[in-house]
Parts: sequence; structure tokens; C-alpha cells
Amino acid sequence: MNRQLVLRVIAKLLIPFILLFALYVQFHGDFGPGGGFQAGVSFAAALILYALIFGLAAVRRQVSDMLLERLIAAGVLLYGGVGIAGMLLGGNFLDYFVLDADPVIGQHRGIFWVEAGVGITVSAVMLKLFYLFADRADRRQGAAAGLNAPEGGA
Amino acid sequence: MSTLAGYFSYAVTIFLLVAGLYIIIAQGNLIKKLVGLSLLQTSVYLLYIAPGKLVGGTAPIIAPGQQIYANPLPHVLILTAIVVGVATLALGLALAVRIHEAYGSIEEEEILEKDNASEDAEGVRA
Amino acid sequence: MVVAVVAMVRRRNLFAVIVLFGVYSFLMATVLVAFDAVDVAMTEAAVGAGISTVLFLGALHLCKSEVATFAKPRKHRARRPLLPLVLAVGTGALLVYGSLGLPAFSDPQAPIHVHVAPRYLNEALRETGVPNVVTAVLASYRGYDTFGEVTVVFTAGIGVIALLRRRKQWKEMGKKP
Repeated sequence: MNRQLVLRVIAKLLIPFILLFALYVQFHGDFGPGGGFQAGVSFAAALILYALIFGLAAVRRQVSDMLLERLIAAGVLLYGGVGIAGMLLGGNFLDYFVLDADPVIGQHRGIFWVEAGVGITVSAVMLKLFYLFADRADRRQGAAAGLNAPEGGA
Repeated sequence: MSTLAGYFSYAVTIFLLVAGLYIIIAQGNLIKKLVGLSLLQTSVYLLYIAPGKLVGGTAPIIAPGQQIYANPLPHVLILTAIVVGVATLALGLALAVRIHEAYGSIEEEEILEKDNASEDAEGVRA
Repeated sequence: MVVAVVAMVRRRNLFAVIVLFGVYSFLMATVLVAFDAVDVAMTEAAVGAGISTVLFLGALHLCKSEVATFAKPRKHRARRPLLPLVLAVGTGALLVYGSLGLPAFSDPQAPIHVHVAPRYLNEALRETGVPNVVTAVLASYRGYDTFGEVTVVFTAGIGVIALLRRRKQWKEMGKKP
């Protein structure tokens, strides 16, 4: 009981900071180390920590499987969308300088959205991987113990 | 002596690569093989990044007052390589889990025995 | 780092191997920082020491074998370690011979420093307005490659979903009494 309490309190303190740090790394990737991949993985790590301490069902209530599957696709589509937007505005695929009157601002915009797409997909995939592995363990333990099929899995 | 120091990073890289290769070939346990694969991949990261460093340089983030930067191209390649590596690792582990469910073990020899036994039992397929 | 790797090779207990792998990843990230590769170090620390270790532990728990069982087939083990060791050391020797032709550490005249890299370093701030050259190259100059990489991550996610989804089995379980 005591150990559980310490873990819960520390996790509650840490997780918001990890999430905030992930967002910081995502958007500050232009000026310091960082970018989409690091931010996505950190975001997923925060949610995995939440799942480890508070249980898979709790985190499933917050971020459901359907949402994750949609996010995985949404990130890739966002990236492709930026590329197609470049094409529609007159340049080649994934040209950023046509996205605005000033080419440098266009580059900024393109890089911003592209990194956002990368971050979304990476975080969703990592979290979904964790769900799948942890889910299998739950199901097997539930079946072995003779309980009903566990809830969850929208 | 300076040449020896100049090639030290390659020596470490090759040692790690050989260790990873040895684990992949020699160990029969599927999960340990995947650990060896990850080891191999990380040694390749070192192989690419080590030559990019310049003495007196700094990270490739343009800052006023800095003249020498490390080469950014290998960083980009290795960033992609790391993420792709974890993707393949996830797929490999998922396969290992399924193999375990189908065969009851993740030791290469036991899996091969079960496979051969079932083939002998069913007769040779055309 | 070398010590951790040697210990990893020798240990049979899979849980110990995975923990050592996490330690090794962290040490590798530190080495990468020493090589001025800060983006890569951050990614390696997050991915290698974080996600990889979590996935390994999850798979280990699912496969329920903590120890790589070598006790039973002793007769196989006796002859096996020699040939792979010879192969691995032979490959290493070949690589050492090959690496003698590579440029020495921190040689400014090395081929990788004289072709495209100076252009990226000099023009990145002016053309893209982004000081982090790695991000600029990743997202802008080589944006197509990054698109491919995101697709790879996407495909891996889909692949693992296809391998490990449990809806069909859950329905079967629900139907059986």
C-alpha cells in the first residue's frame, strides 16, 4: 500500500511535466535539439508511465484505441497534405517556399506542420504498440484465471 | 601512435558490431537474437556519427560566434535509422510473441524440432 | 559500454540482458553527445532506452521465459559456439582491414565534409530560417526521406496491429461458455 502511494504521487507530479516537455521539444525543434520524433516518443512515454501506474483501463478511458488508430493515419495524411498543398500552390511535391509570399516564412510553416505530423504519428504508434503488448498479457491472464473477457478494446 | 588514436572509434564500432553479430548467429533464443540485432544497429549509428565530429566543433545548430560545426548529414540519416530500427524491433517482437503462442517456446531448436515433427507426422507435402 | 556488451553476451537470464540493453542505450546516448550529435542522442535515449526496453519487457512477459534455457540440449551447445565465434571474428578482421582505408578521426579533409555538408551548413539559416541544421535538412532539404520514414513507422504500427489484435479471439472467447 505504501509503495503504491509513493508511486502514484510521484507519477502525478511527473506526468504533466513530461507532457509539457514533449510539447516543448516538438515546437522548439527549430532552435535546439528536438523535433517530431523525440517529442512523439516522449509523449508516448508519459502516457505509458500513466498506464504502468494507474492501469491499462484508466489510460484506455483517456485515449481510446479508435482515437489512436485515427491519429496514426492522421499524422501521415498531414505530412502528405503539406506536400500536396505545395503542389496545389504551384511548386513540386513538398515544396515549402510556395506556402507563403515570403519563402522563408513558407519554409517555417512547412517545417512546422510536417514535424507536427511526424510527432502525431510517432506518439500514436508507440502508444498503440504498448497497448497491444499489454493487452495480450491482460487477456491471457484473464482467460487463465477464468474471469470474463476483460473490458476495453473499443 | 596518432594513427592508432585516430582509428580507436572504428575499433570500438567493429567490436560492437561483431558482438551483435555473434549474438544473432549463436544464440538460440529469439528475444536474445533481437537484442543482438539492436546491438548491431546501434554500432552502425556509431559508425556513421564518429567521422562527423570535428575537434573544436559543436552541435550543428547555427549560433552566433561558432564557426565549426559537426557534419549534420549523418545525424539526419541516423535519426531516420533509429526510428526505423525501433519499428522493425516492434514487428520482430510481435512475431516472436506469435511464434511463442503457436509453438509454445521461443528457443530456435525446440521450434525446429516441433516443425520437423509435425512435418514427419503429416508426411511430406508436395 | 564495452563491459556492458560483454556482460550482455554472456548472461543467460533474459531479464538481465534487457536491463543491460537499457544501460547500454543510455551509455550510447552519452557517447553520442560527446560526438556533438545532440538530436541523435536525444532520440537514441528516448527510443533505445525507453521504447525498446519497454517493448522487450512486454514481449518477455508475454513469452513467459525469463531464462534462455540452455540446460537441456547440452549436446548441442558444445559444438555450437565455435563456428559462430569464428565467423564473427572473421567478419571483424575483414572490417578492421577495411577500416584502415577510412579517414582518421576528425579529419577535416574527409570526403563527407567537402561535398554537400558545407552548402547545408552555410545556406540553411538563410534559406529556411531555422537554426537547427539537422531539423532543416530532415524536414526541408530531405523532406521526402522523412515522409518515407513516417510511412515506415505507420506500416510497422499497422503490422503489429495485424499480428496482435485480439478482437476475433475475444469474440470466440465470448461465445464459448
